[in-house]
Amino acid sequence: MSAIEVEHISRSYGEVLALDDINFNVEEGELFGLIGPDGAGKSTLFRILTTLLIADKGKARVVGHDVVENYKDIRKKVGYMPGRFSLYQDLSVEENLSFFATIFGTTIKENYDLVKDIYIQIEPFKKRLAGKLSGGMKQKLALCCALIHKPEVLFLDEPTTGVDAVSRKEFWDMLQSLKKKNIAILVSTPYMDEASLCDRIGLIQKGKILKIDKPQQMMNDFKKPLYAIKTNETYNTLQYLRQQDFTESVLPFGEYLHLITRERLNTETIKIHLKQKGFTVSEVKEIKPTVEDIFLDLSDNEESLIK
Amino acid sequence: MNDEKVIQVQDLTKKFGDFTAVDAITFDVYRGEIFGFLGANGAGKTTAMKMLNGLSKPTSGNGTVAGLDVIKQSEKIKERIGYMSQRFSLYEDLTVKENIRFYGGVYGLSKQKIKDKTDQILEELQLTEVASKLVKALPLGWKQRLAFAISMVHDPKIVFLDEPTGGVDPAVRRQFWEAIYEAAKGGSTIFVTTHYMDEAEYCDRVSIMVDGKIEALDTPDNLKAHYNAESMDEVFLKLARN
Repeated sequence: MSAIEVEHISRSYGEVLALDDINFNVEEGELFGLIGPDGAGKSTLFRILTTLLIADKGKARVVGHDVVENYKDIRKKVGYMPGRFSLYQDLSVEENLSFFATIFGTTIKENYDLVKDIYIQIEPFKKRLAGKLSGGMKQKLALCCALIHKPEVLFLDEPTTGVDAVSRKEFWDMLQSLKKKNIAILVSTPYMDEASLCDRIGLIQKGKILKIDKPQQMMNDFKKPLYAIKTNETYNTLQYLRQQDFTESVLPFGEYLHLITRERLNTETIKIHLKQKGFTVSEVKEIKPTVEDIFLDLSDNEESLIK
Repeated sequence: MNDEKVIQVQDLTKKFGDFTAVDAITFDVYRGEIFGFLGANGAGKTTAMKMLNGLSKPTSGNGTVAGLDVIKQSEKIKERIGYMSQRFSLYEDLTVKENIRFYGGVYGLSKQKIKDKTDQILEELQLTEVASKLVKALPLGWKQRLAFAISMVHDPKIVFLDEPTGGVDPAVRRQFWEAIYEAAKGGSTIFVTTHYMDEAEYCDRVSIMVDGKIEALDTPDNLKAHYNAESMDEVFLKLARN
Protein backbone atom coordinates (compact mmCIF):
# COMPACT_ATOMS: atom_id res chain seq x y z
CA MET A 1 0.00 0.00 0.00
CA SER A 2 1.28 3.43 -0.88
CA ALA A 3 0.98 6.24 1.64
CA ILE A 4 -0.70 8.47 -0.94
CA GLU A 5 -2.39 7.35 -4.15
CA VAL A 6 -3.75 9.91 -6.60
CA GLU A 7 -5.66 8.82 -9.71
CA HIS A 8 -7.00 11.17 -12.36
CA ILE A 9 -7.78 13.98 -9.95
CA SER A 10 -9.28 17.12 -11.53
CA ARG A 11 -10.78 20.16 -9.91
CA SER A 12 -12.10 23.45 -11.28
CA TYR A 13 -13.02 26.74 -9.68
CA GLY A 14 -15.66 28.14 -11.99
CA GLU A 15 -14.02 28.24 -15.39
CA VAL A 16 -10.50 27.86 -14.08
CA LEU A 17 -9.16 24.33 -14.26
CA ALA A 18 -6.96 24.23 -11.14
CA LEU A 19 -6.01 20.55 -11.42
CA ASP A 20 -6.06 18.61 -14.65
CA ASP A 21 -5.88 14.81 -14.41
CA ILE A 22 -3.24 14.43 -11.70
CA ASN A 23 -1.70 10.99 -11.08
CA PHE A 24 1.05 9.94 -8.68
CA ASN A 25 1.86 7.85 -5.63
CA VAL A 26 3.93 8.55 -2.56
CA GLU A 27 5.41 5.50 -0.84
CA GLU A 28 5.86 4.92 2.87
CA GLY A 29 8.84 6.80 4.23
CA GLU A 30 9.24 8.73 0.98
CA LEU A 31 9.89 12.45 0.74
CA PHE A 32 8.01 13.59 -2.35
CA GLY A 33 8.25 17.18 -3.56
CA LEU A 34 5.68 19.01 -5.66
CA ILE A 35 7.68 21.72 -7.36
CA GLY A 36 5.93 24.60 -9.05
CA PRO A 37 5.10 28.30 -8.91
CA ASP A 38 2.12 30.05 -7.33
CA GLY A 39 -1.09 29.18 -9.09
CA ALA A 40 0.12 25.75 -10.25
CA GLY A 41 -2.56 23.98 -8.19
CA LYS A 42 -0.40 22.74 -5.33
CA SER A 43 -2.60 23.98 -2.50
CA THR A 44 -5.76 22.69 -4.17
CA LEU A 45 -4.20 19.25 -4.33
CA PHE A 46 -3.17 19.44 -0.67
CA ARG A 47 -6.68 20.40 0.35
CA ILE A 48 -8.15 17.48 -1.57
CA LEU A 49 -5.71 15.01 0.00
CA THR A 50 -6.31 16.36 3.50
CA THR A 51 -10.08 15.95 2.95
CA LEU A 52 -10.85 19.67 3.07
CA LEU A 53 -12.00 19.92 -0.52
CA ILE A 54 -13.70 17.46 -2.86
CA ALA A 55 -12.34 16.82 -6.35
CA ASP A 56 -14.59 17.04 -9.41
CA LYS A 57 -13.12 13.89 -10.88
CA GLY A 58 -10.77 11.10 -9.91
CA LYS A 59 -9.93 9.15 -6.79
CA ALA A 60 -7.37 9.54 -4.03
CA ARG A 61 -6.42 7.44 -1.05
CA VAL A 62 -4.27 8.34 1.92
CA VAL A 63 -2.90 5.46 4.00
CA GLY A 64 -5.41 3.27 2.21
CA HIS A 65 -8.48 5.37 3.01
CA ASP A 66 -10.55 7.08 0.36
CA VAL A 67 -10.42 10.86 0.77
CA VAL A 68 -14.19 11.20 0.37
CA GLU A 69 -15.67 8.05 1.90
CA ASN A 70 -13.24 7.64 4.80
CA TYR A 71 -12.30 11.21 5.46
CA LYS A 72 -12.60 10.85 9.23
CA ASP A 73 -9.99 8.07 9.33
CA ILE A 74 -7.59 10.17 7.32
CA ARG A 75 -7.83 13.20 9.56
CA LYS A 76 -6.48 11.23 12.53
CA LYS A 77 -3.56 9.88 10.58
CA VAL A 78 -2.19 12.89 8.78
CA GLY A 79 -0.40 16.05 9.81
CA TYR A 80 -1.04 19.14 7.71
CA MET A 81 0.88 22.38 7.66
CA PRO A 82 -0.99 24.80 5.38
CA GLY A 83 0.75 27.53 3.44
CA ARG A 84 -0.45 30.32 5.68
CA PHE A 85 0.61 30.31 9.32
CA SER A 86 -2.44 28.82 11.01
CA LEU A 87 -1.57 28.56 14.67
CA TYR A 88 -3.18 30.57 17.41
CA GLN A 89 -1.28 33.84 17.48
CA ASP A 90 -2.46 34.75 20.96
CA LEU A 91 -1.58 31.43 22.55
CA SER A 92 1.97 30.77 23.67
CA VAL A 93 4.28 28.29 21.97
CA GLU A 94 3.60 25.72 24.66
CA GLU A 95 -0.16 26.30 24.66
CA ASN A 96 -0.36 25.82 20.90
CA LEU A 97 1.44 22.51 21.04
CA SER A 98 -0.61 21.34 23.99
CA PHE A 99 -3.83 22.36 22.20
CA PHE A 100 -3.02 20.34 19.10
CA ALA A 101 -2.02 17.33 21.19
CA THR A 102 -5.29 17.50 23.12
CA ILE A 103 -7.61 17.72 20.12
CA PHE A 104 -5.96 14.62 18.71
CA GLY A 105 -6.46 12.87 22.05
CA THR A 106 -2.82 12.64 22.99
CA THR A 107 -0.29 14.51 25.12
CA ILE A 108 2.98 16.26 24.41
CA LYS A 109 4.70 13.76 26.68
CA GLU A 110 3.43 10.73 24.80
CA ASN A 111 4.92 11.76 21.46
CA TYR A 112 7.70 14.00 22.66
CA ASP A 113 10.34 11.84 20.99
CA LEU A 114 9.03 12.71 17.55
CA VAL A 115 9.13 16.48 18.00
CA LYS A 116 12.01 16.71 20.45
CA ASP A 117 14.77 17.65 17.99
CA ILE A 118 12.68 20.49 16.61
CA TYR A 119 10.99 21.56 19.82
CA ILE A 120 14.19 22.06 21.79
CA GLN A 121 15.11 24.80 19.31
CA ILE A 122 12.04 26.83 20.27
CA GLU A 123 11.71 25.67 23.88
CA PRO A 124 13.60 28.69 25.27
CA PHE A 125 10.67 30.77 23.96
CA LYS A 126 7.86 28.46 25.09
CA LYS A 127 6.10 31.22 27.04
CA ARG A 128 6.16 33.61 24.09
CA LEU A 129 2.96 34.18 22.08
CA ALA A 130 3.10 32.44 18.72
CA GLY A 131 2.27 35.72 16.97
CA LYS A 132 5.50 37.24 18.30
CA LEU A 133 7.82 34.58 16.91
CA SER A 134 10.17 35.16 13.99
CA GLY A 135 9.37 33.50 10.66
CA GLY A 136 11.80 30.64 11.15
CA MET A 137 10.51 29.89 14.66
CA LYS A 138 6.86 30.01 13.61
CA GLN A 139 7.64 27.44 11.00
CA LYS A 140 9.29 25.14 13.54
CA LEU A 141 6.34 25.45 15.89
CA ALA A 142 3.90 24.74 13.06
CA LEU A 143 5.85 21.61 12.19
CA CYS A 144 5.77 20.45 15.82
CA CYS A 145 2.00 20.99 15.93
CA ALA A 146 1.55 19.01 12.71
CA LEU A 147 3.59 16.14 14.18
CA ILE A 148 2.41 15.93 17.77
CA HIS A 149 -0.22 13.23 17.12
CA LYS A 150 2.33 11.01 15.37
CA PRO A 151 0.88 11.11 11.87
CA GLU A 152 1.68 8.50 9.24
CA VAL A 153 1.69 11.07 6.46
CA LEU A 154 2.79 14.66 6.65
CA PHE A 155 1.49 17.32 4.24
CA LEU A 156 3.60 20.47 4.10
CA ASP A 157 2.28 23.15 1.78
CA GLU A 158 5.05 25.61 0.96
CA PRO A 159 6.69 25.45 4.38
CA THR A 160 9.67 27.51 3.22
CA THR A 161 8.00 30.29 1.24
CA GLY A 162 9.18 33.71 2.37
CA VAL A 163 11.72 32.11 4.68
CA ASP A 164 15.38 33.08 4.33
CA ALA A 165 18.02 30.78 2.87
CA VAL A 166 19.45 29.81 6.27
CA SER A 167 16.13 28.81 7.84
CA ARG A 168 15.21 26.98 4.65
CA LYS A 169 18.30 24.78 4.93
CA GLU A 170 17.55 24.04 8.59
CA PHE A 171 14.00 23.09 7.73
CA TRP A 172 15.10 20.62 5.09
CA ASP A 173 17.55 19.05 7.53
CA MET A 174 14.60 18.47 9.88
CA LEU A 175 12.62 16.78 7.10
CA GLN A 176 15.50 14.42 6.38
CA SER A 177 15.49 13.24 9.99
CA LEU A 178 11.70 12.80 10.03
CA LYS A 179 11.93 10.61 6.97
CA LYS A 180 14.06 8.21 8.94
CA LYS A 181 11.13 7.74 11.29
CA ASN A 182 9.22 6.27 8.35
CA ILE A 183 6.78 9.14 7.90
CA ALA A 184 5.76 9.75 4.30
CA ILE A 185 6.07 13.42 3.45
CA LEU A 186 4.44 15.36 0.64
CA VAL A 187 5.97 18.82 0.47
CA SER A 188 5.40 21.62 -2.01
CA THR A 189 7.74 24.45 -2.83
CA PRO A 190 8.25 27.15 -5.44
CA TYR A 191 12.02 26.99 -4.84
CA MET A 192 13.52 24.80 -7.53
CA ASP A 193 16.80 24.44 -5.64
CA GLU A 194 14.99 22.46 -2.94
CA ALA A 195 14.01 19.75 -5.43
CA SER A 196 17.29 17.87 -5.14
CA LEU A 197 16.58 17.29 -1.43
CA CYS A 198 13.53 15.13 -2.24
CA ASP A 199 13.50 11.40 -3.04
CA ARG A 200 11.20 12.03 -5.99
CA ILE A 201 9.66 15.16 -7.40
CA GLY A 202 6.71 16.12 -9.53
CA LEU A 203 7.06 19.31 -11.55
CA ILE A 204 3.69 21.05 -11.65
CA GLN A 205 2.51 24.04 -13.65
CA LYS A 206 -0.98 25.33 -14.43
CA GLY A 207 -2.70 22.31 -12.92
CA LYS A 208 -0.70 19.73 -14.84
CA ILE A 209 2.17 17.53 -13.77
CA LEU A 210 4.92 18.00 -16.32
CA LYS A 211 7.17 15.20 -15.12
CA ILE A 212 7.74 12.86 -12.18
CA ASP A 213 11.05 11.22 -11.33
CA LYS A 214 14.01 11.14 -8.99
CA PRO A 215 15.76 14.50 -9.29
CA GLN A 216 19.06 12.88 -10.27
CA GLN A 217 17.38 10.74 -12.90
CA MET A 218 15.64 13.78 -14.35
CA MET A 219 18.97 15.53 -14.68
CA ASN A 220 20.61 12.51 -16.30
CA ASP A 221 17.78 12.14 -18.79
CA PHE A 222 18.12 15.69 -20.08
CA LYS A 223 19.75 15.29 -23.49
CA LYS A 224 19.85 18.82 -24.89
CA PRO A 225 23.23 20.54 -25.15
CA LEU A 226 23.40 23.04 -22.31
CA TYR A 227 26.13 25.59 -21.67
CA ALA A 228 26.88 28.02 -18.87
CA ILE A 229 28.36 31.28 -20.10
CA LYS A 230 29.83 34.12 -18.10
CA THR A 231 30.67 37.46 -19.68
CA ASN A 232 31.23 40.98 -18.47
CA GLU A 233 27.84 42.12 -19.80
CA THR A 234 25.25 39.52 -18.92
CA TYR A 235 22.22 41.41 -20.17
CA ASN A 236 23.68 42.42 -23.53
CA THR A 237 25.04 38.93 -24.10
CA LEU A 238 21.59 37.54 -23.35
CA GLN A 239 19.98 39.79 -25.91
CA TYR A 240 22.63 38.96 -28.48
CA LEU A 241 22.38 35.19 -28.01
CA ARG A 242 18.61 35.29 -28.19
CA GLN A 243 18.90 36.48 -31.80
CA GLN A 244 21.21 33.69 -32.95
CA ASP A 245 20.07 30.77 -35.11
CA PHE A 246 21.93 28.18 -33.06
CA THR A 247 20.05 29.21 -29.90
CA GLU A 248 17.07 27.21 -28.75
CA SER A 249 16.77 29.16 -25.51
CA VAL A 250 18.93 31.39 -23.36
CA LEU A 251 18.11 32.46 -19.82
CA PRO A 252 19.91 34.13 -16.94
CA PHE A 253 20.93 31.91 -14.01
CA GLY A 254 22.63 34.06 -11.43
CA GLU A 255 25.96 35.25 -12.77
CA TYR A 256 25.74 32.80 -15.70
CA LEU A 257 23.61 32.55 -18.79
CA HIS A 258 22.30 29.08 -19.57
CA LEU A 259 22.23 28.46 -23.30
CA ILE A 260 20.47 25.51 -24.90
CA THR A 261 21.53 25.07 -28.52
CA ARG A 262 19.81 23.25 -31.34
CA GLU A 263 22.92 21.18 -31.97
CA ARG A 264 25.93 20.38 -29.84
CA LEU A 265 28.63 23.03 -30.20
CA ASN A 266 32.22 23.20 -29.13
CA THR A 267 32.68 25.42 -26.06
CA GLU A 268 35.71 27.02 -27.73
CA THR A 269 33.59 27.89 -30.77
CA ILE A 270 31.05 29.66 -28.58
CA LYS A 271 33.81 31.51 -26.77
CA ILE A 272 35.46 32.69 -29.99
CA HIS A 273 32.13 33.67 -31.49
CA LEU A 274 31.28 35.88 -28.51
CA LYS A 275 34.76 37.39 -28.39
CA GLN A 276 34.48 38.37 -32.04
CA LYS A 277 31.32 40.24 -31.18
CA GLY A 278 33.20 42.24 -28.58
CA PHE A 279 32.14 40.49 -25.39
CA THR A 280 34.71 39.76 -22.70
CA VAL A 281 34.08 36.09 -22.03
CA SER A 282 35.36 34.69 -18.76
CA GLU A 283 33.86 31.21 -18.99
CA VAL A 284 31.99 28.83 -21.28
CA LYS A 285 31.35 25.28 -20.09
CA GLU A 286 28.99 22.46 -20.89
CA ILE A 287 26.90 21.64 -17.81
CA LYS A 288 24.33 19.23 -16.40
CA PRO A 289 20.92 20.84 -15.98
CA THR A 290 19.49 21.95 -12.67
CA VAL A 291 15.85 21.18 -11.90
CA GLU A 292 15.09 24.77 -12.81
CA ASP A 293 16.58 24.25 -16.31
CA ILE A 294 14.36 21.21 -16.73
CA PHE A 295 11.28 23.03 -15.48
CA LEU A 296 11.89 25.95 -17.82
CA ASP A 297 12.48 23.60 -20.73
CA LEU A 298 9.24 21.67 -20.12
CA SER A 299 7.08 24.59 -19.16
CA ASP A 300 4.56 26.24 -21.32
CA ASN A 301 5.38 29.90 -21.64
CA GLU A 302 2.43 31.15 -23.56
CA GLU A 303 2.19 34.11 -21.26
CA SER A 304 5.70 35.11 -22.18
CA LEU A 305 5.99 38.75 -23.06
CA ILE A 306 9.28 38.38 -24.82
CA LYS A 307 9.06 38.76 -28.51
CA MET B 1 25.77 54.02 -12.97
CA ASN B 2 27.31 57.37 -12.06
CA ASP B 3 28.48 59.32 -9.02
CA GLU B 4 25.16 60.84 -8.07
CA LYS B 5 24.05 59.41 -4.76
CA VAL B 6 20.36 58.62 -4.56
CA ILE B 7 20.59 57.16 -1.07
CA GLN B 8 23.13 58.31 1.43
CA VAL B 9 22.77 57.24 5.06
CA GLN B 10 25.07 57.41 8.07
CA ASP B 11 24.66 55.44 11.30
CA LEU B 12 20.96 54.98 10.71
CA THR B 13 19.54 53.30 13.82
CA LYS B 14 16.13 52.12 14.96
CA LYS B 15 15.40 50.92 18.46
CA PHE B 16 12.21 49.39 19.79
CA GLY B 17 12.57 49.67 23.56
CA ASP B 18 15.78 47.85 24.46
CA PHE B 19 15.92 46.07 21.14
CA THR B 20 18.08 47.53 18.40
CA ALA B 21 16.46 46.43 15.15
CA VAL B 22 18.78 48.44 12.90
CA ASP B 23 22.19 49.20 14.29
CA ALA B 24 24.03 52.17 12.80
CA ILE B 25 23.95 51.26 9.12
CA THR B 26 25.95 53.41 6.72
CA PHE B 27 25.85 53.09 2.95
CA ASP B 28 25.29 54.88 -0.36
CA VAL B 29 23.33 53.88 -3.45
CA TYR B 30 24.20 55.46 -6.79
CA ARG B 31 21.96 56.55 -9.62
CA GLY B 32 21.22 53.77 -12.12
CA GLU B 33 22.38 51.08 -9.74
CA ILE B 34 20.60 47.80 -9.02
CA PHE B 35 21.19 47.46 -5.31
CA GLY B 36 20.36 44.15 -3.61
CA PHE B 37 19.37 44.34 0.03
CA LEU B 38 19.67 40.89 1.62
CA GLY B 39 19.41 39.44 5.07
CA ALA B 40 17.86 36.59 7.02
CA ASN B 41 14.33 36.95 8.45
CA GLY B 42 14.54 39.21 11.47
CA ALA B 43 17.87 40.76 10.45
CA GLY B 44 16.28 44.20 10.24
CA LYS B 45 15.70 44.57 6.48
CA THR B 46 12.07 45.60 6.70
CA THR B 47 12.71 48.13 9.45
CA ALA B 48 15.60 49.61 7.49
CA MET B 49 13.48 49.82 4.34
CA LYS B 50 10.70 51.56 6.25
CA MET B 51 13.12 54.25 7.38
CA LEU B 52 14.32 54.75 3.83
CA ASN B 53 10.73 54.96 2.58
CA GLY B 54 9.72 57.60 5.09
CA LEU B 55 7.40 55.22 6.94
CA SER B 56 9.39 55.00 10.14
CA LYS B 57 11.43 57.64 11.94
CA PRO B 58 15.03 56.67 12.76
CA THR B 59 15.98 56.70 16.46
CA SER B 60 19.32 58.20 15.48
CA GLY B 61 21.59 58.73 12.53
CA ASN B 62 20.92 60.74 9.42
CA GLY B 63 20.78 60.59 5.68
CA THR B 64 19.00 61.47 2.49
CA VAL B 65 16.85 59.53 0.04
CA ALA B 66 16.21 61.08 -3.38
CA GLY B 67 17.78 64.28 -2.02
CA LEU B 68 15.41 64.52 0.96
CA ASP B 69 16.27 64.27 4.63
CA VAL B 70 15.09 60.98 6.18
CA ILE B 71 14.21 62.66 9.46
CA LYS B 72 12.85 66.07 8.54
CA GLN B 73 11.29 65.33 5.15
CA SER B 74 9.96 61.79 5.51
CA GLU B 75 6.53 62.79 4.15
CA LYS B 76 8.06 64.21 0.99
CA ILE B 77 10.15 61.08 0.47
CA LYS B 78 7.01 59.04 -0.09
CA GLU B 79 6.15 61.24 -3.08
CA ARG B 80 9.56 60.92 -4.65
CA ILE B 81 10.08 57.19 -4.48
CA GLY B 82 8.40 54.21 -6.10
CA TYR B 83 7.43 51.12 -4.13
CA MET B 84 6.29 47.67 -5.13
CA SER B 85 5.87 44.64 -2.88
CA GLN B 86 5.23 40.99 -3.54
CA ARG B 87 1.53 41.55 -3.03
CA PHE B 88 1.50 44.40 -5.48
CA SER B 89 -1.46 46.63 -5.16
CA LEU B 90 -3.15 46.85 -8.51
CA TYR B 91 -6.94 47.08 -8.44
CA GLU B 92 -8.16 43.81 -9.91
CA ASP B 93 -11.59 45.21 -10.75
CA LEU B 94 -10.25 48.21 -12.61
CA THR B 95 -8.96 48.01 -16.16
CA VAL B 96 -5.29 48.33 -17.06
CA LYS B 97 -5.85 51.92 -18.14
CA GLU B 98 -7.84 52.83 -15.05
CA ASN B 99 -5.12 51.51 -12.78
CA ILE B 100 -2.53 53.70 -14.47
CA ARG B 101 -4.83 56.71 -14.30
CA PHE B 102 -5.65 56.05 -10.66
CA TYR B 103 -2.03 55.92 -9.55
CA GLY B 104 -1.15 58.90 -11.73
CA GLY B 105 -3.85 60.79 -9.83
CA VAL B 106 -2.59 59.60 -6.43
CA TYR B 107 0.84 60.96 -7.28
CA GLY B 108 -0.68 64.26 -8.41
CA LEU B 109 0.28 64.13 -12.09
CA SER B 110 -1.45 66.54 -14.48
CA LYS B 111 -4.13 65.24 -16.84
CA GLN B 112 -1.83 65.60 -19.81
CA LYS B 113 1.00 63.86 -18.02
CA ILE B 114 -1.29 60.97 -17.05
CA LYS B 115 -2.36 60.61 -20.65
CA ASP B 116 1.23 60.58 -21.89
CA LYS B 117 2.29 58.10 -19.24
CA THR B 118 -0.63 55.81 -20.01
CA ASP B 119 0.29 55.73 -23.69
CA GLN B 120 3.92 55.18 -22.87
CA ILE B 121 3.33 52.29 -20.43
CA LEU B 122 0.80 50.59 -22.72
CA GLU B 123 3.18 50.78 -25.62
CA GLU B 124 6.32 49.73 -23.76
CA LEU B 125 4.64 46.73 -22.17
CA GLN B 126 2.68 45.93 -25.33
CA LEU B 127 -0.56 46.16 -23.42
CA THR B 128 -2.41 48.44 -25.82
CA GLU B 129 -4.72 45.62 -26.93
CA VAL B 130 -5.74 44.78 -23.38
CA ALA B 131 -5.89 48.37 -22.10
CA SER B 132 -9.62 48.12 -21.43
CA LYS B 133 -9.51 44.67 -19.85
CA LEU B 134 -9.83 44.17 -16.12
CA VAL B 135 -6.50 43.58 -14.45
CA LYS B 136 -7.72 40.32 -12.93
CA ALA B 137 -7.93 38.84 -16.43
CA LEU B 138 -4.20 39.28 -17.03
CA PRO B 139 -1.61 36.56 -16.48
CA LEU B 140 0.55 37.04 -13.38
CA GLY B 141 3.65 38.01 -15.34
CA TRP B 142 1.83 40.86 -17.08
CA LYS B 143 0.31 42.12 -13.84
CA GLN B 144 3.70 42.12 -12.25
CA ARG B 145 5.29 44.17 -14.99
CA LEU B 146 2.33 46.53 -15.02
CA ALA B 147 2.67 46.99 -11.25
CA PHE B 148 6.36 47.71 -11.72
CA ALA B 149 5.67 50.29 -14.45
CA ILE B 150 2.99 51.91 -12.29
CA SER B 151 5.33 52.12 -9.31
CA MET B 152 7.40 54.39 -11.56
CA VAL B 153 4.53 56.40 -13.04
CA HIS B 154 5.69 59.58 -11.29
CA ASP B 155 9.31 59.16 -12.49
CA PRO B 156 10.78 58.52 -9.06
CA LYS B 157 14.54 58.66 -8.65
CA ILE B 158 14.50 55.34 -6.94
CA VAL B 159 12.12 52.42 -6.77
CA PHE B 160 11.99 49.98 -3.84
CA LEU B 161 11.06 46.41 -4.71
CA ASP B 162 10.26 44.27 -1.68
CA GLU B 163 10.54 40.60 -2.65
CA PRO B 164 8.93 41.25 -6.01
CA THR B 165 9.39 37.70 -7.31
CA GLY B 166 8.43 35.46 -4.36
CA GLY B 167 6.65 32.30 -5.53
CA VAL B 168 6.65 33.42 -9.14
CA ASP B 169 7.10 31.07 -12.11
CA PRO B 170 10.80 30.79 -13.05
CA ALA B 171 10.20 32.08 -16.56
CA VAL B 172 8.15 35.03 -15.30
CA ARG B 173 10.77 35.76 -12.65
CA ARG B 174 13.38 36.13 -15.38
CA GLN B 175 11.18 38.38 -17.48
CA PHE B 176 10.73 40.58 -14.47
CA TRP B 177 14.48 40.90 -14.04
CA GLU B 178 14.78 41.93 -17.66
CA ALA B 179 12.33 44.73 -16.90
CA ILE B 180 14.53 45.72 -13.96
CA TYR B 181 17.61 45.81 -16.18
CA GLU B 182 15.77 47.95 -18.72
CA ALA B 183 14.68 50.42 -16.06
CA ALA B 184 18.20 50.65 -14.63
CA LYS B 185 19.62 51.20 -18.11
CA GLY B 186 17.17 54.09 -18.46
CA GLY B 187 18.66 55.69 -15.35
CA SER B 188 16.28 54.46 -12.64
CA THR B 189 17.79 53.29 -9.39
CA ILE B 190 16.53 49.94 -8.12
CA PHE B 191 16.62 48.88 -4.48
CA VAL B 192 15.52 45.27 -4.25
CA THR B 193 15.11 42.57 -1.59
CA THR B 194 14.89 38.88 -2.44
CA HIS B 195 15.26 35.42 -0.96
CA TYR B 196 16.44 34.01 -4.28
CA MET B 197 20.21 33.97 -4.15
CA ASP B 198 20.56 33.66 -7.92
CA GLU B 199 18.84 37.05 -8.12
CA ALA B 200 21.47 38.49 -5.82
CA GLU B 201 23.91 37.77 -8.64
CA TYR B 202 21.94 40.07 -10.97
CA CYS B 203 22.56 43.08 -8.75
CA ASP B 204 25.36 45.59 -9.30
CA ARG B 205 26.06 45.63 -5.58
CA VAL B 206 24.66 43.64 -2.69
CA SER B 207 24.48 44.36 1.01
CA ILE B 208 23.88 41.65 3.57
CA MET B 209 22.34 42.48 6.93
CA VAL B 210 22.98 40.34 9.99
CA ASP B 211 21.50 41.21 13.39
CA GLY B 212 20.74 44.80 12.47
CA LYS B 213 24.14 45.56 10.97
CA ILE B 214 25.36 45.60 7.39
CA GLU B 215 27.97 42.85 7.54
CA ALA B 216 29.01 42.98 3.91
CA LEU B 217 28.53 45.31 0.97
CA ASP B 218 30.17 44.90 -2.42
CA THR B 219 29.71 43.58 -5.94
CA PRO B 220 28.70 39.89 -6.09
CA ASP B 221 32.09 39.01 -7.63
CA ASN B 222 34.04 40.77 -4.88
CA LEU B 223 31.91 39.21 -2.15
CA LYS B 224 32.47 35.73 -3.55
CA ALA B 225 36.22 36.34 -3.78
CA HIS B 226 36.37 37.78 -0.29
CA TYR B 227 34.44 34.96 1.36
CA ASN B 228 36.06 32.33 -0.82
CA ALA B 229 32.66 31.17 -2.04
CA GLU B 230 31.38 29.71 -5.31
CA SER B 231 28.04 31.47 -5.25
CA MET B 232 26.10 34.19 -3.44
CA ASP B 233 24.16 31.42 -1.72
CA GLU B 234 27.39 30.31 -0.08
CA VAL B 235 28.34 33.88 0.86
CA PHE B 236 24.94 34.37 2.42
CA LEU B 237 25.13 31.16 4.42
CA LYS B 238 28.62 31.95 5.68
CA LEU B 239 27.49 35.34 6.92
CA ALA B 240 23.99 34.66 8.13
CA ARG B 241 24.38 31.27 9.78
CA ASN B 242 25.77 31.81 13.24
